[in-house]
Amino acid sequence: MNHDAYPDNYIRGILNSVKSIAMVGASPVNVRPSYFAFKYLAQRGYDMIPINPGHVGKDLLGKPFVASLSDIGRPVDMIDIFRNSSHIMPVVEEALTLDPLPKVIWMQLGARDDAAAAKAESVGIKVVMNRCPKIEYGRLSSEISWMGVNSRTLSSKRAPVPTQGMRLSLNRMSVGGGNTAASDRAAKNKTEQS
Amino acid sequence: MSDRLPGFSTLAVHAGAQPDPTTGARATPIYQTTSFVFNDADHAASLFGLQAFGNIYTRIGNPTNAVLEERVAALEGGTAALAVASGHAAQVVVLQQLLQPGDEFIAARKLYGGSINQFTHAFKSFGWNVVWADPDDIASFERAVTPRTKAIFIESIANPAGSITDIEAISTVARKAGVPLIVDNTLASPYLIRPIDHGADIVVHSLTKFLGGHGNSLGGIIVDAGTFDWSTGGKYPMLSEPRPEYHGIRLQETFGNFAFAIACRVLGLRDLGPALSPFNAFMILTGIETLPLRMQKHCDNARAVAEFLAGHPAVASVSYAGLPSDKYNQLARKYAPKGAGAVFTFSLKGGYDAGVSLVSKLQLFSHLANVGDTRSLVIHPASTTHSQLDDAAKVKSGAGPDVVRLSIGIEDKEDLIADLEQALGA
Repeated sequence: MNHDAYPDNYIRGILNSVKSIAMVGASPVNVRPSYFAFKYLAQRGYDMIPINPGHVGKDLLGKPFVASLSDIGRPVDMIDIFRNSSHIMPVVEEALTLDPLPKVIWMQLGARDDAAAAKAESVGIKVVMNRCPKIEYGRLSSEISWMGVNSRTLSSKRAPVPTQGMRLSLNRMSVGGGNTAASDRAAKNKTEQS
Repeated sequence: MSDRLPGFSTLAVHAGAQPDPTTGARATPIYQTTSFVFNDADHAASLFGLQAFGNIYTRIGNPTNAVLEERVAALEGGTAALAVASGHAAQVVVLQQLLQPGDEFIAARKLYGGSINQFTHAFKSFGWNVVWADPDDIASFERAVTPRTKAIFIESIANPAGSITDIEAISTVARKAGVPLIVDNTLASPYLIRPIDHGADIVVHSLTKFLGGHGNSLGGIIVDAGTFDWSTGGKYPMLSEPRPEYHGIRLQETFGNFAFAIACRVLGLRDLGPALSPFNAFMILTGIETLPLRMQKHCDNARAVAEFLAGHPAVASVSYAGLPSDKYNQLARKYAPKGAGAVFTFSLKGGYDAGVSLVSKLQLFSHLANVGDTRSLVIHPASTTHSQLDDAAKVKSGAGPDVVRLSIGIEDKEDLIADLEQALGA
């Protein structure tokens, strides 16, 4: 997989197929991005599991915190990692000990570890890096258009009014695929400057 | 679902719009409402806390305006956009996110006269200091950079003479200085030039001009290219630092490559208040659907009129980058191969008096202070749009006393040429 530019079909396929998501680094602080994403994905019908050893015994929006991936005790489809790039590898290594293996490992906006990605991909796990599943779901469903964001999708179909807990259709026509040219160029410029 | 790239005209018609979920209305409805009901208290709190996508109050966002925003973002190749009440409002909102009192921004000297006024006088009272540079001398931008520089501002096709700016060269200066490049793309429209493809980080428009295109609705827009890293060095605290207005959210961390557009909305538009009427958004959206057709006709007509004027004995000179002899023709070929726009100037051998006489004799051209209308327009900048500048500054900005500015419409070019011929000849 080219991790500089994901085709929309790749992201769409992941968000359409996974049902349970374990979020590593989920925060109970309601201004943290992980809290936003956790809440949104739960509202869109995903079975969310918050992972954070510092909050075991408490819950996040009704879901009990779990200390680590190994403590979940049931299969999960996707692991969404809300940690800095330098903390990704140990999480991926732990994920690779799970049985059954997760189908997808997702790293949040700003997080990227190509070596960890290669390790996961070598055993058939799909990897997404430096993206947010809330933003991608909102973009592909066009729900994010309400904030003036370019969804890079088109549709001539009438969509339902979204309600609490509703899964939205992500099957809109893509405009320019997953090539987030602008942000990728920004990342590249950053690399060149550093 | 296949991933393919639709063309510009398809985006001009479709981007951002889809049939209304409730009624199935195919044209974008005008959501002429101030406010939107919440599902429940938790939904309201989520919206106010920026945790959920949705509508609260039209000063912050409106579904009709959102269609316009996504459409222009798509046409410009940006990550997101924010529509506001006018092009001037767009400039205030953009700079509010970037500058603190005492900071500086560098602006090209060749700008719309209203922008020169806004930057020189209004912004001075905010403590935002403009430093002028010459778009024909790239080194003048480099020399103007100081530790307090927070942005560089240029026009892609510059008012009033339609000169073409070397966006890539100036974007290199901006990148080196670690500041965003803001490009006012009003006179080009994304049909002719997409500044983001040439290194712009932020694009602004007066939607009043070619995008709306019919001279009937004011509007402005800010497009976020998603290219700038706002977190470096704490230079842009509106984006990188916890915002007390939103319980400590950091916008860049939360919204990634469209954080600037969100900052403009939730810190700029929300608190300064220059919201766009949904009715105007509807009118402008309707205009944008025919942008590619109109813009090509504007350019083709402009070139024919410029050629006519260049050969007329009463005309001293024509500044139109589409003419092979023009000093900006090489840049026009690079940046605007489909046409060099439709706003340009010419000067009359008879000077100021000949300009006044010409304007009074024209029958089809309207004498008014706007550009980018379906109708052809004429103005004498020295006595109107640029009248506040002193004589030296007028000449420097391309608005000397003998200069007449035209904005060529989409009428039949033969009729425009005949009108100019009778007004020049009599």
